[in-house]
Amino acid sequence: MITAEQKPIDEIREMIAPYKRILALGCGSCVAECAAGGEKETAMLASTLRMAAKIDGRDLLIHEKTVDRQCVKDFILPLDDIIDQYDAVLSLGCGAGVQAVAEIFPDVPIIPALNTEFIGETRDQGYWVENCVGCGDCVLYDFGGICPLTRCSKRLLNGPCGGSRDGKCEVDPEVPCAWQLIIERLSKFNALDRLEKIYQPKDWSMKQGLGPRNIIREDQQR
Amino acid sequence: MSQLKKILDKGDLAVTAECGPPKGADPEAIFKKAELLRGKADAINVTDNQTATVRMSSLAACGLLISAGLDPVLQVVVRDRNRIALQSDILGASAMGIRNVLCLSGDHQSFGNQPQTMGVFDLDSIQFIQVVKTMRDEGTIWGGEPLTKSPELFIGAVANPFADPLGFRPVRLAKKIRAGADFIQTQCVYNLDRFEEWMNMARERGLTEQVNILAGVTPLKSSNMAKYMKKRVSGIDIPDELIKRMEETPKNRQRETGINICVETIQRLKEIQGIRGFHIMAIEWEEAVGEIVGRAGLLPRPSFDQD
Repeated sequence: MITAEQKPIDEIREMIAPYKRILALGCGSCVAECAAGGEKETAMLASTLRMAAKIDGRDLLIHEKTVDRQCVKDFILPLDDIIDQYDAVLSLGCGAGVQAVAEIFPDVPIIPALNTEFIGETRDQGYWVENCVGCGDCVLYDFGGICPLTRCSKRLLNGPCGGSRDGKCEVDPEVPCAWQLIIERLSKFNALDRLEKIYQPKDWSMKQGLGPRNIIREDQQR
Repeated sequence: MSQLKKILDKGDLAVTAECGPPKGADPEAIFKKAELLRGKADAINVTDNQTATVRMSSLAACGLLISAGLDPVLQVVVRDRNRIALQSDILGASAMGIRNVLCLSGDHQSFGNQPQTMGVFDLDSIQFIQVVKTMRDEGTIWGGEPLTKSPELFIGAVANPFADPLGFRPVRLAKKIRAGADFIQTQCVYNLDRFEEWMNMARERGLTEQVNILAGVTPLKSSNMAKYMKKRVSGIDIPDELIKRMEETPKNRQRETGINICVETIQRLKEIQGIRGFHIMAIEWEEAVGEIVGRAGLLPRPSFDQD
């Protein structure tokens, strides 16, 4: 999933300052899973902003709404019925959600309430970890299911570097060395010989060769 | 031709030393270090924004060393340049008369004075070695497009015998050799037992026959430096006995003890089969290099013929 965290409240207050009628728009997918922009967080943010406006003696109306997927057109379109009541949308979607809403309602200012962070997993309650860079050409087979492009601080495909110590990364003793994990996992499956091979320079054109990427599948189009 | 290569080809023990460029635009800083190292080492490594701290460029500082008549080793890290910039610098280096290159990953950007920068890491150090070898031996850039003239470079890589996991270290060394490394400079050796263990593993794989290994040493300036390096500098392993020996030396004589330890280390390293020379990294203490190589019986250095 895509993970995100809420921006500092002062930054949000500054961005919404010019507006009087705001739709706080949550998303029920990834950002709900990471407790940043779901229904609950949207309600909490709206009430915090209402309270702050009251203390400042400002006139501010905030309504809340959470759509199932803010990055999917079909889920955004029904907002057409209510959007005219507001002079701005405060989106608690990820960067994709914010831009999808802006694309569909080009005349309404849209303000991001979250900082979108990474593709990751929920490892435990309140603990999310980055484990995919979306490189467009998955290498997980070679490395025992552990992505060195994401989890090695230097993105080494032929690691580990000289900074690996007691299974930890030189960057931070809290960060596990991805290469230590790769070696342990491959050794479990008797596949350590894979590490004798020199892995060739990554084809980054799969990620950024022609600017922003699209997937177009005619079999899925109607 | 590389002076370093000539000496290693002849089978003599080689000596390289390190010169860190200044945090400024003053060429005199380089010329001053050049004079301290002249005649004391066969080639001079110039570090590339070490510890991810902005300094005069390694390529430019190597150019200054060439103008002073020395044989520089251009250190290049993959942290700051993508494959376009790396290959372009390799061509520029050879055009300027630089004949040695050392290919490294580089300290992570979070360690330095630009922690907000984007780390590049387009190639890793092994891939970079392979790219340089392809340019030199195949006469093409990566991808096969021909060069009008190949760079002439003696290709180096680094190895850290003290990093984990130890069992994988010789695998990585073998990959660096297969990628094209002609010589290896190691992380500074303090823990000789661990270093010997690593050398044994390298020898068992036949690697010491395939590459010139120069053992790295760094004289300790003080007990504080020793403790700092052990704790803070990535990849450094200093045994407690050495720290204790430094601590037990009065402050005003600690530099002397540091040099003693360094000379003793070189003497012991000389006994290890497969060591082809020494890389002396006297950090901001280039004055010490002459005394160290002298007392270690490595002087005079063979004369430098320009060609």
